[in-house]
Amino acid sequence: MSTSTRTGFGRILVFVYGVFALAATARALVQLATQASRAPVAYSLSLFSGIVYILATWALATDRRRVALVTIGVELTGVLVIGTLSHPSDIDRASVWSDYGNGYGFVPLVLPFVGLWWLWRVGRADRAGPAS
Amino acid sequence: MTALQILLSAVCLVAAVWLGVLIVRDRQPGDLLYATLGLLEVGLVAQLVIGLVMVAGDHGGVNVAAYVGYLVGSLLVLPAAFVWSVGERSRSGTGVLLVAVVVVPVLFLRLHQLWGAR
Repeated sequence: MSTSTRTGFGRILVFVYGVFALAATARALVQLATQASRAPVAYSLSLFSGIVYILATWALATDRRRVALVTIGVELTGVLVIGTLSHPSDIDRASVWSDYGNGYGFVPLVLPFVGLWWLWRVGRADRAGPAS
Repeated sequence: MTALQILLSAVCLVAAVWLGVLIVRDRQPGDLLYATLGLLEVGLVAQLVIGLVMVAGDHGGVNVAAYVGYLVGSLLVLPAAFVWSVGERSRSGTGVLLVAVVVVPVLFLRLHQLWGAR
């Protein structure tokens, strides 16, 4: 059986990434369109994270592993850096990655680790599979 | 939360347990489960209509674009999950549906928060 990043557990992972891609992007666009002056940096960061999620979703769904690795790497760096630097008290002024994704049940913190683990699993299964 | 949101959350909970059992027993969802999810989607359409009436009336400064965004967004979750799920008839495909019925009540919570923040 050939392995792919979109089958098996990857099926579920792609859906979760898709939900975050839609939620983060749509929310940031609405915030930038209706109340950009309240927290322009946070909303722009949310839009950036939304785009990263879109790319990661697409890469995982089409088995583009190098793109997936780069985008999930950016995602992990983003949530760690933004999560460390930004602790807003008001969730309406926060970005997706503020406070390590606290406003989203910390899923944004867990997701990149799961994504990297999955890429590693699929890669290992490939090396162990058809070649031997 | 509104009565409709509580009712639909209860349906989501039932569907989640049901899907969990199917995954554990490695069975595929049947017509009755799909009918339940269809009913859930009808409830979400009703919520959209009620929500639009609410924001058209005296909404006291609620963020209308965000509120309507969540109402419309909640309609996309189940159909997207269905399409993505039937692409792979396995435990994982069923797991996609499980994620979807967990996401929907989370969107109810956000709607509730937005309405409460007036």
